[in-house]
Amino acid sequence: MIAALAWSIPALPLAGALLNGLFGFTWLRRQSHLVAVGASGLAFAGALTLFLRLMAGEPPITLTLYEWLFGAGLHVHVGLLIDQLTAIMLMVITGVGSLIHLYSVGYMRDDPGYPRFFTYLNLVMLSMLVLVMADNYLLFFVGWEGVGLCSYLLIAFWYEKTSAAKAGTKAFVVNRIGDAGFLLGVFLIFTSFGSLDYATVLPHAGELTTATATAITLLLLVGAVGKSAQLPLYTWLPDAMEGPTPVSALIHAATMVTAGVYMVVRNHALYAMAPFSMETVAVIGAVTAIFAASIGLVQYDIKRVLAYSTVSQLGYMFMAAGLGAYAAAIFHLMTHAFFKALLFLAAGSVIHALGGEQDIRKMGGLWSKIPITAWTFLIGTIAIAGIPPLAGFWSKDEILNAALLGGHPIIWAMGLAAACMTAFYMFRLFFLTFRGESRLTHEAAHHLHESPLVMTGPLMVLALLSVIGGALPGYPSEEGWIHYFLAPVVGGGHGEEAAAGGSALFGVAASIVVALLGMSVAWLIYLRRLAWAEAGLSTFRRLHHLLLNKYWVDELYDALVVNPVKALGRVWDWFDATVIDGVVNGVGRGTGKSAALSTWFETYVIYGSLNLTGYANHLMARLLRLLQTGLVHHYAAMFFIGLFLLANLLWWMSHPDPGGDGLIVWRQAASLFDGLWHGGGS
Amino acid sequence: MTSEILAAHQIGFPILSLMLFLPLIGALAIWALDDAALAKKIATAAMAVTAALALLLWFQFQRGTASFQFTEYGEWIGPLGISYHLGVDGISLLFVILTTLLSLGMLIATWETVTTSVRQYLICLLALETTTLGVFLALDLVLFFFFWEVMLLPLFFLIKVWGGGATRDYSALKYVLYTLAGSVLMLVAIVILHLNDHAHALANGISPGRSFDLIRLVQTPLSPSLQFWVFIFFFFGFAVKGPIVPFHTWMPNVLMDGPIAVGVALAGIKLGTYGLLRFSLPLAPAASQQLATVVVALALIGVIYGAVIALMQRQVRRLVAYSSISHLGMVALGLFALNFRGLQGGLIQMINLGVSTSAFFFLIGFLEQRRRSSDLNDLGGLARQTPVLATLLLIVLLSMLGLPGTNLFIGEFLILLGAFEAHWLYATVGVIGVVLGAAYLLWWAERAIFGVVPQTAKPVADLTKRELAVVLPLVALIFWIGLYPAPFLRVINPSISAVVERLQSSVRMVDIATLAMGGSGGDEHLTPDMMTK
Repeated sequence: MIAALAWSIPALPLAGALLNGLFGFTWLRRQSHLVAVGASGLAFAGALTLFLRLMAGEPPITLTLYEWLFGAGLHVHVGLLIDQLTAIMLMVITGVGSLIHLYSVGYMRDDPGYPRFFTYLNLVMLSMLVLVMADNYLLFFVGWEGVGLCSYLLIAFWYEKTSAAKAGTKAFVVNRIGDAGFLLGVFLIFTSFGSLDYATVLPHAGELTTATATAITLLLLVGAVGKSAQLPLYTWLPDAMEGPTPVSALIHAATMVTAGVYMVVRNHALYAMAPFSMETVAVIGAVTAIFAASIGLVQYDIKRVLAYSTVSQLGYMFMAAGLGAYAAAIFHLMTHAFFKALLFLAAGSVIHALGGEQDIRKMGGLWSKIPITAWTFLIGTIAIAGIPPLAGFWSKDEILNAALLGGHPIIWAMGLAAACMTAFYMFRLFFLTFRGESRLTHEAAHHLHESPLVMTGPLMVLALLSVIGGALPGYPSEEGWIHYFLAPVVGGGHGEEAAAGGSALFGVAASIVVALLGMSVAWLIYLRRLAWAEAGLSTFRRLHHLLLNKYWVDELYDALVVNPVKALGRVWDWFDATVIDGVVNGVGRGTGKSAALSTWFETYVIYGSLNLTGYANHLMARLLRLLQTGLVHHYAAMFFIGLFLLANLLWWMSHPDPGGDGLIVWRQAASLFDGLWHGGGS
Repeated sequence: MTSEILAAHQIGFPILSLMLFLPLIGALAIWALDDAALAKKIATAAMAVTAALALLLWFQFQRGTASFQFTEYGEWIGPLGISYHLGVDGISLLFVILTTLLSLGMLIATWETVTTSVRQYLICLLALETTTLGVFLALDLVLFFFFWEVMLLPLFFLIKVWGGGATRDYSALKYVLYTLAGSVLMLVAIVILHLNDHAHALANGISPGRSFDLIRLVQTPLSPSLQFWVFIFFFFGFAVKGPIVPFHTWMPNVLMDGPIAVGVALAGIKLGTYGLLRFSLPLAPAASQQLATVVVALALIGVIYGAVIALMQRQVRRLVAYSSISHLGMVALGLFALNFRGLQGGLIQMINLGVSTSAFFFLIGFLEQRRRSSDLNDLGGLARQTPVLATLLLIVLLSMLGLPGTNLFIGEFLILLGAFEAHWLYATVGVIGVVLGAAYLLWWAERAIFGVVPQTAKPVADLTKRELAVVLPLVALIFWIGLYPAPFLRVINPSISAVVERLQSSVRMVDIATLAMGGSGGDEHLTPDMMTK
């Protein structure tokens, strides 16, 4: 019963995707959302049931479906594992996912690719569910690349736009680079443990040497860095904003990009054996958090600001995981899913209201025009800025505390600086979009309308979650239920701050101060003293230019990797046609000239032996004549003799046969020739 | 692989001979009856029955053994010990089934598109099927060689007469001469094996004294130095056919100029690497180990080289050619990891490539029917214009880049894991190919499938039922092998184990051989321990 429930959770979106994929355009058409939303809603109900069971103290569920790969010591099953960590992920994926499905009904209403969109949405959910429910590394990898595929398909959803198609390719290929590293990590896990099952690998993680553990975890990290858009493989995520906005909310905020964090937490036993890898995770997270936030300060595209914000927030999660504060990482993953999905969907509502406008320089003054969107966006902004008592404050504060009390002041300072920037760019975004003078184009102003309930409904639910999501665990959040709930999976789960004895008031105060500082500066510049913005731009022109161009990282990668590979392709193409094939043709011509081989070949072997175009009788006569005169026989004999001489020579060379009768070779050849002569004729 | 189960005991009729000669009989019938309409029916019937027999083979095949099954034996050229010996094992069974399936696909795919010399075309297709099956079924090396060579005839005509490229005459001749040059060397290897066995038989009084039988030759001891030459000569033949870099340059020519059927046959049916697994490894196990590093180096060069060149191709047929070269490098990498997983992955990957590359090539054919070109300049917007074709292209393409859940991922994973077990560096270079694979395929998709329909393109209809009938079974196989490969693994695993055992036992034999040689020849290698003996 409970097993059936477990496997039906991924099976539902699978069925939905199949139904919509096969019959969406012919049969379901405008009704395809019923299948998709229904599937995800039911999956949520199933996930909730499992979650409550685990909350009630029931043991984790393991379930083996069938044997997948096997042979000589390798046994990989398709099997599911639902423990506390998986359960939280399931809640986020199916819960936030269902809301996004619902929202899409309104957002994509007029799109000709409506059934295709819902097919892909269910595929995303399926892949994510496989990823978090897998009980081994290989099945995990199926989900892992599956979400990459969905991301590709959805980024390139409006495939006729060149930029969208390009962004899709880029997302997949950059992810593939990470996946290649991940795959090598999986190989190393197999050669180290002889198994790919979590149940075998993770409990024995302690037996690894530090070197092996470091190698494994760093390789896995390469994958996580690609999937979760961390430095240096983050460049695909901002471009991914080419996709429809619900996609940005689902894949590029709430689910796929958090897979890397999930992976690190899932493998914390391995990471625990490799202090260097832990440090690396934390440093990558911290640097990414501040790096992406700095780019977000100056972007003008509403979705791009949110994209860089996502990269930055994922940096916090990595920071937490690297510091050993696994529960905090998952906590932030959860709250971030609430408020970032909210922000993306609200941004989508804005874009929808303005008929496709995404440039915040052409917005402003929308506050009273689209009130529900504005209010929910404000709630999301406060939540992400880290202002209490909304969700982001609790989870971010916990991460910063882990850094401060765990003895990583530099990482703490970086996190704090990024938090200040976050508050600034989010309120900048809010003020420029909703407050101040309207800068709408005439067309957009004419189009302006609040979104329908099917879109604002999910916004309001997510807004509620963003308000209470952080406070749910109670205060101090380090003692909240999430820690106790995750304890069986991630150990103590408190990370290093627990040992240091709870949170420091100083750290909390600092967090609040920087958040308010960022907000105030944004308020001052973008609402009160607009001239300051201009003045700031001219003062920091070079810096602004650097940030606006995203540190020229894309250009750098093009120059260092993409263009050299393309150039290599051209050179090798030339080399292949000119040099390698030149040698082949040269040899062919040489032989052809000396023996007129090609002419001979065409005349005698090909046409002579088999002429299919109407000369059958003539051919048969000629063949018979050839046989009668013994030409074929002679030729065959000569051919074999030549080869036998060559073979015998080699035979002789490799068998010096000292003192023996060297002539035996020739006698052999003779007898063989004899055999052919008579045997062949019979 | 040293024992056999007779067809007479297993199924009661010579099923393999029937499969082998049905297409040939069909061809003869078409030749005899001068009727184009009837010819199609005959060809369809012959191929369909052959495919049905192949399915019967699948169900009747005994799992859990490495023996050759459904074997038939008859003398052919007695004095030389050349026999008519057929059989299938876990290595060849899937190839046989795939060949019958793809042959039928070639026929249906080109049902309406080939309009010139239809009868001759069908005769060539049928002859191609017989000879290809012969290569997979033959257990006698001369018989194998015979089919291997005769196969060139239908291919030559198919390229030259029904090819679409401007340089098809050149391509046809180049392919045939190149393959012939490689296989002449292969014949030398066969003769060496034969003479070695003959000497062994004479010395030990074994009767009959002459044989070209694979099962017997595998068991005959062969000195490491002769193994070296056998391996080298076989390798040339198989490397050209493969093709393995740097013997690959015929492939872009032939795929560009040949008809779709030839593309499917040469890019889809991996004869070269089959030969390496079937003959090179078991017949020259010590040499295989000795030269494994060299072959792996060539394989890895091929993986990267093919992929990088594929990236810059604007002609999709050339892209497939270089992609095949890259994929074949991956297969060779698996085989010459010389461990269970590498071989298992290599074998299953040959079948996978047969399914996916063929499906891709069929789709290219359908595409060319519509756009009159497969150059990127004339593509774009397929998703808008022909959504079903575009969707299937994308699915097949994703399988070709090894997306988990599809067939090629299974092969790639096993190959790379095997390579990693052999040496971490092998797999590390190999995964670069996986990244590049995604790059060249998706970059092509971005410009061909996505984007806008060019203004020069005429409105066309989407895939017909006939075309779907060709591709959908292959798409089903893509997912079947990807999601539930167990039935296939059960077939191949015992035979793979046998090859692994063979390779391992040869290590022991070589150790003994070098020890013995050191004992008799090199005085400085004598140890006190050996002196006392």
